Amino acid sequence: MFRLTFLGPALTVLLLAGPVGFGLAGTVLPAFGISPGFGGGSFGLHYFRELFAQPALFCSMTLSLTSGLASAVLSLLIVMLFTAAFAGTATFRRMQHLLGPLLSLPHAAAALAIAFLIAPSGMIMRLISPELTGWERPPDLLIVHDPLALSMIGALVAKEVPFLLLMTLAALPQAPVERVCQLTGALGYGRVAGFIHGAWPGIYRQIRLPVFAVIAFASSNVEVALILGPTQPQTLAARLVTWMSDPDLSQRYLASAGALLQLGVTGLAFAIWLGLERLCAALRNKAACGGLRMRRDRAVQVVSLTAMILAAGAIFAGLAALAVWSFAGLWQFPDFLPGSFTLRNWMKALPRVVEPLGTTLTIGVASAFIAAILSVLCFVHEDRTGKRAGRGGQALIYLPLIVPQVTFIFGLQFLLVASGWLATLPALLFAHLVFVMPYAYLCLKDPWRSFDRRYEQVAAGLGKSPMTTLFRIRLPMMLRPLLVLFAIGFSVSVGLYLPTVLIGAGRLTTITSEAVALASGGNRRIIGVYAFFQMLLPVAGFAIATLVPALIFRRFRGMQV
Amino acid sequence: MTDIVTDKAGLLLQDVVIRHGERVLVALTQHVAPGEVLTVMGPSGAGKSTLLGFIGGFLDPVFDAEGRVIVDGDDITDAAPETRHAGLLFQDPLLFPHMSVAGNLMFALPADIRGHMPRMALVNEALRGVDLEGLGERDPETLSGGQKARVALARVLLSRPRMLLLDEPFSKLDQALRGQMRELVFAKARESRLPVLLVTHDPADAQAAGGTTITLEP
Repeated sequence: MFRLTFLGPALTVLLLAGPVGFGLAGTVLPAFGISPGFGGGSFGLHYFRELFAQPALFCSMTLSLTSGLASAVLSLLIVMLFTAAFAGTATFRRMQHLLGPLLSLPHAAAALAIAFLIAPSGMIMRLISPELTGWERPPDLLIVHDPLALSMIGALVAKEVPFLLLMTLAALPQAPVERVCQLTGALGYGRVAGFIHGAWPGIYRQIRLPVFAVIAFASSNVEVALILGPTQPQTLAARLVTWMSDPDLSQRYLASAGALLQLGVTGLAFAIWLGLERLCAALRNKAACGGLRMRRDRAVQVVSLTAMILAAGAIFAGLAALAVWSFAGLWQFPDFLPGSFTLRNWMKALPRVVEPLGTTLTIGVASAFIAAILSVLCFVHEDRTGKRAGRGGQALIYLPLIVPQVTFIFGLQFLLVASGWLATLPALLFAHLVFVMPYAYLCLKDPWRSFDRRYEQVAAGLGKSPMTTLFRIRLPMMLRPLLVLFAIGFSVSVGLYLPTVLIGAGRLTTITSEAVALASGGNRRIIGVYAFFQMLLPVAGFAIATLVPALIFRRFRGMQV
Repeated sequence: MTDIVTDKAGLLLQDVVIRHGERVLVALTQHVAPGEVLTVMGPSGAGKSTLLGFIGGFLDPVFDAEGRVIVDGDDITDAAPETRHAGLLFQDPLLFPHMSVAGNLMFALPADIRGHMPRMALVNEALRGVDLEGLGERDPETLSGGQKARVALARVLLSRPRMLLLDEPFSKLDQALRGQMRELVFAKARESRLPVLLVTHDPADAQAAGGTTITLEP
């Protein structure tokens, strides 16, 4: 049976590369009018001509490109400066604990939270009206869906900052930040400048793939664009989904051509980023050669801390607003709190929540479980053979996160339609697993490799087979990281919007896909209920991940953190 | 090399050569009789632990090894680690933190001893043998350093090993405990007639062991 561990890496490679490869093929071919099994297409470039004839297409492309790059630049900048100014301090640890929970919050919930906060009738307006503004009714301002996509960029930054901070945190132990900063400090450099010259290049090298994942997501995401993004026109990805869900099947060829264009736009964003990387490195070298000490960096500290607090605070405040809305009775503008509280919204929404909630739980638990098994098999195989995944393997793990979802999930939908699997639980599970797997693997990597393998040698010396050692020693001792993996995998699945919409095809819905669908309707009380579940599910996952080991091992101090 | 009878009792290392690339780390032929101790000394990086890994079956694949490991006449060179019954003691006690003291010992006890009562009886006897009677239900983490080391010894003895491989097992104990623990380990090994291979930095270990001492060159 242990000889079968090669199945771990083999299935993982298949799971990560297969859907991306086949999905892309299923997207690219129809773009040129080739679609085996579907009628209606004719070979040629005319779908691209049709695509470029769409009104304001260039504007949509520009929106996707700029919002993707802007949110990546801003979130990375905030994380870099904050780490530079505060790494190793109590502030840093506090912020890390504050931002941790945000990581598991679905993008859609974060976007809804921000929308509830900044909308013309949102909490901020209520707070300052009518005293400061004189408004007795919500002003007619385009704050949400603003044409420059500023609110969308803001939400993306608020959501990506915790992600990049956590990735930086994982990279910090490999970078001797403390010593480097002491050294550069002794040479007379300011803390921030010393960090950027001495420690950041090494850290950035390790978080580069996550940064590309951020660019890919920000330039091609659908849910945040639908909730906060511009409407006249929408971003490219949001328009793609409209075409993809069109009952008129001929629109699918247009959508395919559009998906290919999206691939180009994200590719262009990557290319620009590579240019920015060089530019920044050159600037840094110039500053280093010039010996600029930049000792007065107090402003950087203040700005980076403010940005961090704003990012976290906005989402937390918005979530609180969502929760209040779900219990609100009559709530007139500009009252800061509802006139009355009621359970009616919940009573009304709960019967409708049951089915998507069931699907969410089933898919979330199943995908996290399968991803956990595959990850464990991968690492057991690695231990057995002594061979670690090389650079190519590392990049492969990120593949589904770096290729824009919308470009390959659509092709996958094509294939599933052709095979009759569309909108079935196994197909949806499979689609979710593609995105859960990378996080599961990355999450287990460091804990698994830092395990003291002498425990296994002792067990073997006691005459125990590798199987017994795995199940009686290794896995129980690693219960905590395994459950964290489970909670993260589950929260990733809960948060997935696009794969749910395209593969569930409206017949299978989850809490997240329903919440986004409701967002356009504007019934805040019902949205509040759905968003509440979006918050609750990941939190419940992490609560279980913390409580279960604490309960099982309550007698064993060596198993406590 | 020398004419060695392979059915001799004890641990026989015959023409063992361990290389790292071109560099020869270990080259030896030795026989350790039951109850005797072979002490291997040498500076860090000289290949002491590598030799233990080779005998126990955990040799890091970056090393190449040749030669035979023979225990009581059985050639175990190519056997799986779990069938070699090489009892290991490291400088850390490495008690399984998710099991009680008795749980650790029960885990070590071979499965052919059946029934809870007989197994428990053996575990209690083993605890008594290392002066820890009545501590079976304790969380290993709550024991003192010396107690943990004794549990580790009891655990390895309960698994009915055919030899003991000791990787600097006394180096983390303080001076007073170190002497006691040495005596206890060697006494138990003699009692159970186990060949012992001891890897150490400390010349006092070698002296207390009393057997042959070889020194590996860096």
